[in-house]
Amino acid sequence: MKRIITISYTLVGLVFASNAQKIKGSETVLPISEKAAQVFMKTNSNQKVTVTGGGSGVGFSALIEGSTDIAQASRKIKFSEKQKIQESGNSVKEIIIAYDGLAVIINPTNKVKKLTKEQLEGIFTGKIKNWKEVGGDDLKIIPYSRETSSGTYEFFKEHVLSNKNYMSGIMSMPANGSIIQSVSQTKGAIAYVGLAYFSKSVQEIAVSFDKGKTYIVPSEETVKNKTYPIVRPLFYYYFTKSEATVKKYIDFILSPNGQKIVEEVGYIRIK
Amino acid sequence: MTKRKSYRRILEIGVEQLLKLSGALTGITILFITLFLFKEGINLFNTPEIEQGYGLYLNVNNKINTLTPIETKKVFDAEIANWQELGGKDEPIKIFRIDDLFQIYSEDELGENNENVSPKLSEIISKDENIIAFLPKQFAPKGSSIKELLAENVKMKDYFFGKEWIPTATPVPLFGVLPLMLGTLFVSIFALLIALPLGLGVAIYLAELAGEKQRRVLKPIIELLAGIPSVVYGFFGLVVLAPIVQKVFQISVGETALTGSLILAIMALPTIISVSEDAIRNTPREMREASLALGASHWQTIYRVVIPYSKSGISAAAVLGIGRAIGETMAVLMVTGNASIIPHSIFDSVRTIPATIAAELGESPAGSSHYQALFLLGCILFVFTMIISIITELISKAKKLKSH
Repeated sequence: MKRIITISYTLVGLVFASNAQKIKGSETVLPISEKAAQVFMKTNSNQKVTVTGGGSGVGFSALIEGSTDIAQASRKIKFSEKQKIQESGNSVKEIIIAYDGLAVIINPTNKVKKLTKEQLEGIFTGKIKNWKEVGGDDLKIIPYSRETSSGTYEFFKEHVLSNKNYMSGIMSMPANGSIIQSVSQTKGAIAYVGLAYFSKSVQEIAVSFDKGKTYIVPSEETVKNKTYPIVRPLFYYYFTKSEATVKKYIDFILSPNGQKIVEEVGYIRIK
Repeated sequence: MTKRKSYRRILEIGVEQLLKLSGALTGITILFITLFLFKEGINLFNTPEIEQGYGLYLNVNNKINTLTPIETKKVFDAEIANWQELGGKDEPIKIFRIDDLFQIYSEDELGENNENVSPKLSEIISKDENIIAFLPKQFAPKGSSIKELLAENVKMKDYFFGKEWIPTATPVPLFGVLPLMLGTLFVSIFALLIALPLGLGVAIYLAELAGEKQRRVLKPIIELLAGIPSVVYGFFGLVVLAPIVQKVFQISVGETALTGSLILAIMALPTIISVSEDAIRNTPREMREASLALGASHWQTIYRVVIPYSKSGISAAAVLGIGRAIGETMAVLMVTGNASIIPHSIFDSVRTIPATIAAELGESPAGSSHYQALFLLGCILFVFTMIISIITELISKAKKLKSH
């Protein structure tokens, strides 16, 4: 009898030890993780990877609570979140798995083809109101942004608006798809989307982060060689103590095969 | 025979109890949800205005002791750049965030467990009278040369009469629900203005003029309209209706209150049509015949007898329609543009309460002031719909009194 119990315990233990790992967090990183997990499980049949979304913030709080092994994030871990992890006696490891360029887009009929960081800041904080102030037609500027909760919204605010708040009453859309739709049918529109969502129905513009000396058009090329300034890394975070559990999967995503998936989904590989 | 009877009696009692129980359960659930909603929402007024776990720090020689949320936002957006504008000295304001510290000192200098962060911060602030620092509380700089700005709780006045809704603004989020409340009412009332005449027309046609054949075709089509998922309406509104509105009215944006109202009007039509059609059909045959017998034409009968008689039913239809419009989320989220401004015309973009909750609740950290502010929005919506159902109740009561 005792033996049976021991055996069943070992069996149960084996089932759990066969590396069930959970990934949770950003919706932006979600397509990469989903596809990668699928391929990874096909080649490693004893491994199980569950992927869920919820947003970068949700991923971090799940990591802190211990309900996920990996937190996927489209922004760097916040100071307060890191502090919470340190308080619980853990340390966190950060890995960049891909890059995502943010394209500033306008209506194709708009003549403006380039803007500086200062002009973008002025437009999205509501100080520049007409396209003629930045070399275009006499047309009202209509900035669109993502909903306040998205990581893209925060990233754009930190890196392009130098931490200033968006103008109050900015048009905000629930998804990347509806932003593209709105910009393509609104003449004075300006917005930003991840390169993976870019479509031909809108016009991307060249941006300059050096006060107008050089203007760079977003493309796979310029994002990869880092000349395009609005690029954000996409991260995986995990506790150093659980490294053994997640190592195999992390190695996979960083391998050429894993990075191929990154490219297929529409993001930029790290190497 | 008696055995069977008693068996049936037991069954009846059982069913009765079951019905009673389900009624009680529903009541308790509703009560519970309402309590939960209000409990979470009211907490907002016990939460400090500033982002949780953070504080604003000044040099002790600075005369400023308090800042309103709007002032704080303007300072950090560099719209107020001089202390003079706030009643202080004629000196430029210097903004300092925790990340700036890591630009000045390396991680080694700050210590392995950040033990040097607080002293270094104290040093920086005590040296500069013009600094305003936004820092996490656990690294609060200490010393006699530093003071913390008074952290007040969110005020009711700022919530209910605030004109700006920027829930993720740092360091102080702005929760002014006035634009959201007005936006919701604006869109719903316009939707009703569009839907009521149209719906009433269809109802009169269906009840009075249409033949059996037309009725048999039209009725299911209208009912089908009620069965379409709201996200489909939203998509239709964004892709088809918004460009049309933009072109017809020659405006710069297609996502306006008008687009939202049009979509909501279409969505409210089935309710309005079926409720008012029922009311019209309930007009007693004798009244109709009396009118016709007096020599009135068919149209005169409808206009002078049928509609006045079914007035309360039609009002109920209108109120139910507006209830549908106020609570609608997905379609509105997609077509109104969601700009949180107080609408001045039907061509402005608006942000409604349900759309705000749907878009923001998922990512707001549980228990934060943003989370509570959204719950309180839920309470406001609850009160709106409660008022509407009370009105409906009153109207139908009036109707009953009249028919006796």
